[in-house]
Amino acid sequence: MMSDRTENHPNTLQVQMIRKQFGKGLASKEVLGGLSLSVADGEFVSIIGPSGSGKSTLFQVIGGLEKPSSGEIWLDGKETTGERGHISYMPQQPALLPWQTVAGNIEFSLTVSGVDRKATKLKTKEWLERIGLDEYADAYPHVLSGGMLQRVSFLRALLAPQHLMLLDEPFGALDALTRLQMQQWLMSIWEENRRSVLLITHSIEEALFLSDRIVVLSASPAVVLKEFIVPFVRPRSEALWTDPRFNEMKQQIYELLKVGVREGVCSHGGIN
Amino acid sequence: MGNKRIVWSKIWPPIAVLAGLLACWQAAVTGGVFDQWIVPSPVSIVQEAVKIWPRLMEHTAATVQLTLLGFVGGSAVGFVLAALLHLIPGVRTGVYPLLVLSQNIPIIVIGPILTMLLGYGLLPKVLLVMMVCFFPISVAMFSGLANPDAQLRNYFQMIGISKWQLFWRLELPHATVHLFSGLKIAASYSVLSAVVAEWLGTKKGLGSFMLISSKGFMPERVFAAVIIIIALSLTLFGLVNLAERLFIRWRPVKEAE
Repeated sequence: MMSDRTENHPNTLQVQMIRKQFGKGLASKEVLGGLSLSVADGEFVSIIGPSGSGKSTLFQVIGGLEKPSSGEIWLDGKETTGERGHISYMPQQPALLPWQTVAGNIEFSLTVSGVDRKATKLKTKEWLERIGLDEYADAYPHVLSGGMLQRVSFLRALLAPQHLMLLDEPFGALDALTRLQMQQWLMSIWEENRRSVLLITHSIEEALFLSDRIVVLSASPAVVLKEFIVPFVRPRSEALWTDPRFNEMKQQIYELLKVGVREGVCSHGGIN
Repeated sequence: MGNKRIVWSKIWPPIAVLAGLLACWQAAVTGGVFDQWIVPSPVSIVQEAVKIWPRLMEHTAATVQLTLLGFVGGSAVGFVLAALLHLIPGVRTGVYPLLVLSQNIPIIVIGPILTMLLGYGLLPKVLLVMMVCFFPISVAMFSGLANPDAQLRNYFQMIGISKWQLFWRLELPHATVHLFSGLKIAASYSVLSAVVAEWLGTKKGLGSFMLISSKGFMPERVFAAVIIIIALSLTLFGLVNLAERLFIRWRPVKEAE
């Protein structure tokens, strides 16, 4: 039902001229330098930038944990700057409560996000079955492998009622093979259940494979260097990795990042 | 199957050593190395204990009551105090340093003052045991509440958890592991401080029984009381350990060992 995206749909997320400065006076450091971006309804957007470019700070600002020095955050047509609880979130580490079972973890997060307790039970059970983890529903997280934990963590974010999902380097801590499997798994689930997604990643391939649009950031202070529309049709498969256009875009983004890093280093006397 | 054998192989060496020590002790007394009226032999201690068993149990019951009241009361106070320290920042900065300082006061010194103010009843003694018990619990709980996993905290704040939910569902469960290490320390302290409290003046309890027996030159009875006190202390510690195992089942087996 969300596949008929048109221009007149309001953006799920609108980040408007966000500046964030830490500290005061001479010791101050500007991390976000007037950054604007948007995520449309049902769109998958990735953010790529050199490490230390303030991507995590941006998520903290969108999530309401940090107040921006200036600028506004709009979600679903309402200003939510500095407010929490408007997004669903998947961090780099699974962040599951060790004293709760897998199902219990998902259910608890959903009730925090405002879903009725009864509804969470059914939904959780149904979905754990769908992703083939139903036999782990009553297991404690320490029994599961890293890949399985991230599946649970993604499911938890997917089932939350909030329209925007923030994925913060969700596969960054996984080994290369698991990472590839997880990308395809996430892709297949997302293509069937379109949500608005903002993904932070270090991997250009990951961004190209998953996203509709890629936003490339510069090093600190972070500003948008360039946006790329990713033209590949969906559903996508691993065949994409050998597509010449895929590799051409990868090269373009890589060159841009190199320049971005160099500029960032020059303007800050090599702090990075 | 094999598990039992492993447990047994861990248990028998210390038991053998203990039995050897007791045999040496018995031999030393019967061989005349010590005088019987200074150091009684293990056999005579057991004989004396059997002879006065009903009286011994009366005193034991009194000590158990005092210990449990103090332990439970002290734990409850320690728990609530830790929660208040954690939830109200003003209380934290004002009270926590004083709390740490208060532990430099030797509690026995306060004993006579409590007796002076509150008489020779049960209350001053329970208070004394509570004062000893609450501290390890509140410090352990407080540090547990303050430091849950930063990643978990960040995640739940991102999805908009309320302060109360954060406390009940994240900080408190995280602190239970710490709580139990506090409870274990408090368990051994509570028996010790109950006996000391009984020295301060009462006619019931193993502490006073020890004192009276030692003044009456009955070393067998003193030793019998000491053995029961040790047994009480070990039992209480064991019970806390058992409760921990039942309560914290989610931990991986290796970590719990």
